Amino acid sequence: MIGLRTTALALAVATMTVVSTGAAQAEDPLRIGTEGAYPPFNMVDEDGNLHGFDIDVAKALCEEMERECTFVIQDWDGIIPGLLAGKYDAIVASMSVTEERKQAVDFTNKYWTNKLQFIAPKDVDLDISAEGMADKTVGAQRATISAQWVEENMPDAELKLYDTQENAYLDLAAGRIDAIIADMLVNYEWLESDAGADFEFKGEPVFENDLIAIAVRKGNEDLVADFNAAIDAIVEDGTYAEINAKYFPFSIY
Amino acid sequence: MNVDVMIAALPKLLEGAWLTLQLLFISGFFGLLLAIPLGIARASRSIAVKALPFAYIFFFRGTPLLVQLFLVYYGLSQFEFVRESPILWPVLSDPYWCAIITFALHTGAYIAEILRGAIQAVPHGEVEAARALGMSRATTTLRIVLPRAARIGLPAYGNELILMLKGSALASTITLLDLTGMARTVIARNYMPLETFLMAGLIYMIITFVLVRALRFIEHRVSAHMRARPGGAVGVEPTG
Repeated sequence: MIGLRTTALALAVATMTVVSTGAAQAEDPLRIGTEGAYPPFNMVDEDGNLHGFDIDVAKALCEEMERECTFVIQDWDGIIPGLLAGKYDAIVASMSVTEERKQAVDFTNKYWTNKLQFIAPKDVDLDISAEGMADKTVGAQRATISAQWVEENMPDAELKLYDTQENAYLDLAAGRIDAIIADMLVNYEWLESDAGADFEFKGEPVFENDLIAIAVRKGNEDLVADFNAAIDAIVEDGTYAEINAKYFPFSIY
Repeated sequence: MNVDVMIAALPKLLEGAWLTLQLLFISGFFGLLLAIPLGIARASRSIAVKALPFAYIFFFRGTPLLVQLFLVYYGLSQFEFVRESPILWPVLSDPYWCAIITFALHTGAYIAEILRGAIQAVPHGEVEAARALGMSRATTTLRIVLPRAARIGLPAYGNELILMLKGSALASTITLLDLTGMARTVIARNYMPLETFLMAGLIYMIITFVLVRALRFIEHRVSAHMRARPGGAVGVEPTG
């Protein structure tokens, strides 16, 4: 797995360089950290290439800012530490803005809006409440707001933490856990796939207006301002809507 | 460096360390049980007897522990008959037992190989002497070869135990909150990987230190006959 990751990373760095269309810049390439295991937002295909909504948005923003960008793949639970350690300059990995994360990093304006919602097998009735989920096993990805939400709102549910969202889905399909809580659109993508055919959303979204933004190291105000201007620009000129339509038949901004 | 963060993380990390110790000792126990017949068979001169343990050891030494863990945890659960089996699924649906089974199979292969080496290192003269005294092969194995091999293999076994302690960190990839899993979960909240992993590393080192001392003590005890007796004269009780 380590070898795979390294190979994927090397390939990603080698092939994913986005050449800016504007005049050549003296600046160093902007290094963007992403997870590469979070379909449809960021994932690595069989050839080791990164793609997904986050990647398309990041490329559009780099083009808008006229900067050359390279991508770095980093496991999710080390993605903020990696930013702080200077391994890349920004995280474009569908990260939710939270008060705790704001202590560690600065965020740009949102580039999409997330909701959290449970999924479970179709043939099981689930009462999505603190009482209803008291003896249930819930899966979530480690270091996500979904995991945090369960800890804070369903203290009696048994929470299982996974390294990647994909592993959580494997365990839901295997029947080891009763339900998964995750970003609604990530769940949506999985429910649409063959693997998710026997599963469905349960209850209403439990958390709405979860803002997804780009994280940068603290005090990097110029970069935040550049990103914000670029986000406004691609929303304005329709580039964002085009990318959105590639992945979802409804707006997620 | 923030010492307060390290201290704040300590209770959670100790909770994780307790799970790490369970994984280590339970899998170590079953691994040893498995390794004894495997090691004896592996040391046999008959190809028919040693073929199976050879294949087993070849597989478990030839593939990464992480791959083995994923095969047991995510792999076996893909099969309908495993999920519907009333015997297999209660065990295999639990990440705790998946980890213990995998670790026991893995360490069992290594211990079997250590045991094979140790059995073959037992001096021939001692085996011949036992046979000359009229001991059967089984008695010779039980009374002479195995006790001698255990003594010869002990240092290598201690090394394997320490390797397994660190290998057990992979349990964190299958949702278990062992010392490493707990450290990663704590970091998800405090964003202090340096302090938290340092603290976790310190706990691993303390566990290793205690293991090393305990093994040295056992080695010392089982090699009493190799040391000069106090007073020097053999067979004479010291008169004080």
